[in-house]
Amino acid sequence: MSRHDFDVIGKDQKRKDGPKKVKGEHEFADDIQFPMMLHGRIKRSDIGHARIISIDTSKAEALAGVKAVLVGSEAPIKYGIVPQMPTEYALAYQKVRFYGEPVAAVAAVDAETAEKALDLIEIEYEALPVYTTPEQALADGAVKIHEDNKFPGNIAYESDQNFGDVDEAFKNSHYVLGKVFKTSYVNHVFMEPHCAISKFDTNGELFIWSTTQIPHYLHNHLSKVLQMDMNKIHVKVTGVGGAFGGKGEVSNNELISALLARKAGRPVKVLYSRKDVFLQHRGRHPIEMRVKVGVDKEGMITGIDYDGTMDGGSYGGWGLVILFYTAAMLHLPYNVKNVRFNARRIYTNKPTCGAMRGLGGVQPRFALESLLDQIAIDIGMSPYELKKKNAIGFSHETVSGQVVRHSEFRKCLDQAVENSGYLEKHGNLPFGKGIGLAGGYYISGTAYTLYMAYKPHSSAMIRVDNESGVTVYCGATDIGQGSDTVLGMMAAEKFGLPFETIHVVSGDTSLAPFDLGTFASRVTVAAGSAVCKAADNVLKKLKPVAAIQLGVSPEQLEARHGKFYSVFEKSREIDFWKVVEKYIDAHGPLTATGDYTPPRRTGDFKGANIGHSPTYGFSAQCTEVEVDVETGEVRVIRVTEAGDCGQPINPVSVEGQVEGSIIMGMGQALYEELKVGKDGRLLNPSLHDYKIPTAADIPELKTTFVDSYDPESPFGAKEAGEGPIQPVIPAIFNAVYDAIGVRFTEMPITPEKVLKALDEKKKQEGIRS
Amino acid sequence: MKKLVKLEINGENFDVAITPTAYLIDVIRETVGLCGTKKGCGIGDCGACTVLIDGKPTLSCITLAVACTGKAITTIEGLSKGTELHPVQRAFIDKGAVQCGFCTPGMVLSSKALLDENPHPTQDEIKSALAGNLCRCTGYAKIIEAVEYAGQLLSGEVVHEQA
Repeated sequence: MSRHDFDVIGKDQKRKDGPKKVKGEHEFADDIQFPMMLHGRIKRSDIGHARIISIDTSKAEALAGVKAVLVGSEAPIKYGIVPQMPTEYALAYQKVRFYGEPVAAVAAVDAETAEKALDLIEIEYEALPVYTTPEQALADGAVKIHEDNKFPGNIAYESDQNFGDVDEAFKNSHYVLGKVFKTSYVNHVFMEPHCAISKFDTNGELFIWSTTQIPHYLHNHLSKVLQMDMNKIHVKVTGVGGAFGGKGEVSNNELISALLARKAGRPVKVLYSRKDVFLQHRGRHPIEMRVKVGVDKEGMITGIDYDGTMDGGSYGGWGLVILFYTAAMLHLPYNVKNVRFNARRIYTNKPTCGAMRGLGGVQPRFALESLLDQIAIDIGMSPYELKKKNAIGFSHETVSGQVVRHSEFRKCLDQAVENSGYLEKHGNLPFGKGIGLAGGYYISGTAYTLYMAYKPHSSAMIRVDNESGVTVYCGATDIGQGSDTVLGMMAAEKFGLPFETIHVVSGDTSLAPFDLGTFASRVTVAAGSAVCKAADNVLKKLKPVAAIQLGVSPEQLEARHGKFYSVFEKSREIDFWKVVEKYIDAHGPLTATGDYTPPRRTGDFKGANIGHSPTYGFSAQCTEVEVDVETGEVRVIRVTEAGDCGQPINPVSVEGQVEGSIIMGMGQALYEELKVGKDGRLLNPSLHDYKIPTAADIPELKTTFVDSYDPESPFGAKEAGEGPIQPVIPAIFNAVYDAIGVRFTEMPITPEKVLKALDEKKKQEGIRS
Repeated sequence: MKKLVKLEINGENFDVAITPTAYLIDVIRETVGLCGTKKGCGIGDCGACTVLIDGKPTLSCITLAVACTGKAITTIEGLSKGTELHPVQRAFIDKGAVQCGFCTPGMVLSSKALLDENPHPTQDEIKSALAGNLCRCTGYAKIIEAVEYAGQLLSGEVVHEQA
């Protein structure tokens, strides 16, 4: 890094959890056992939409080895990640709203007995019509899936936002292009299924070990549903085997394990099968988007008109937030003055959609980047030129009032194009081969908290002493992305100590101070800022002590290489740990806290609070594909990515985020899709029938960081985990267009669709000639 | 009816009382107590449960434990000697091939089995050998790089430098 001469930041750091993970010693929830622990299993509905008439658990209760049976009426308290709109129950209460919804649960001495008991539970339902598409759910006379829903029919939420005058802008445009885009119903497919173990101690306090991204929300929900004081509940995050947003809401198994443990008086583990994971879902919303974009003669965007219908599935979840994120993410990374957004989220009788990597951005980017590509081609301009012309500059305020304080998006476009040879290749490759360009961006944390409190979003405490060294306590949760390593590196850099000497304690509500959790790519900036402030506050205490020892002013001291020294006279130095010892001898324990709240912004329209972020990450990708015109198979051959994540803290981890994003996006573009039967049941809830990319499918990946440093961020860093997935899908679609001249607007591009399209194209050309 | 079965896991003999329908993964994790082997799907699709049986990568979630008597079972715990990691494990750490760590034990064992048979695999050979081990975090690129590097470490082409 040219601007900052760091010792730890920006250098590939081997993760501290690496050795444990390669040895299989990293402790995941299912690895935890307690004496007398019971196994909980869930009885799920075999009907897609129904009133529950009766549940008879007597035979299950009578089975030897069964210690507790639980039904919804024992915890009829609604919860939801959006606290103002709770819609869910731990177990279905009065109604079931999707096929496979948890209706009852059993805790037994072993899993086999629990499963046997499930078969003995008898449930009588009164069937209701099942709606598996928004069209059905919105039809006249459709039954309300949520009877107390405030919006008409099965509209979970709707919103419109209007900026400028889109109709006027289109009237004066050189060219306006509109298309209908459809995105697919996809799951996160993190490798570790959900698992939670609950245990009450003798004093009635609850300890829960769970694989979650959001320990504090879990803490809060448990308090609500179990009607217990929060101070009697202790949430401990175990190893998290991937999450990608799918563990970013409280999951039924967590509440069920706690309720069963309380009822049985013994620890209870509730582990999900892979099918359970698909039913818990919270994957990406399928959206039908009608999008129009206008440009002037120079290719400058005049306006965007968006109409989107989100298929939300059966419950609220993060849906409301995702709807407003989508609104906020229409504009960027381009400068657009006239925007119209109309959208609604619809309840259907399917597993609930929610937060999945890049939420709110992936679907509108797919539509926008596809349209801009086509518009450029139609007006005879390179898509690169059109996108570069419209790209926001170094800083920008959108018409909706989002402030981007730092962007190197133009550099991303330039580097991806240069490194891939896009300009030479685009439009010039033989039939069947193509290259596509797309850009994208993502928030680095969100300025608005659903927690409905004004307390800081992240807080950290650092304890320094000669016995235990440096310990950073922070509520942020490492979900596999390596945030513990990143936070430890930041503390190491601040103190001038080797990374190995820093301990990070995270994801434990009893030990670590409050943090909202791991979502919205917020941890590096938010928790990182809190850790940096805490470290600065430790240094504020230590420097005066060192200064007296050295006979210099505290302001001229720097902590580096294990010492405090004067920046003017480096020979005036003292060992870091000597200073710690002197401080503690004189003043007692050395601790300090730091916290972070992103700048709040708002406006005078509905949803104006949502979508703001302290800073934004950017990515551009040039993707090369080959289409087999015989089989219809699309293969991604090479992806050239250039990303602006600010200063990468741990470059090897950032690369891992980028590579993982690209392959995940490729799966959605080409083959992933959950299929739903007419009765609402999932038809492919297994990794045999729901295909994700394997090692054999991956293209060549060329990723680079553009030179970037956000001076207001901790060590200049921005997000890297969700921005890079934004361009993946449209870049593939644009490449397919370049390869075979077919503009697909519906995910995924299966061989069947390719062959059909090629057939139609042949017919069309036949007619023309 | 449970029956007493002798299993050789990581060179050690275990007498376990199991039902004939017990799967190897459950016996390894719950009866023996070696939790390094992971269950991601339970029906042989994801590869997280991979162990080596007589050196061959095998899905322990669809293998009956009783079928493994008289065979040498290697789990991830059997790969390192105390704190000394196997070169494949070192390579995974060095190349950043580990994120959440859930697929890692199976991935490491499949890689080891490949390198035992084919010390210098091509990228395509690595991809095909690992195609049965799903990973959602890494996008596989760094895993493939790690296996190439492990091959070089094992053959002595490169010497591992302690950081």
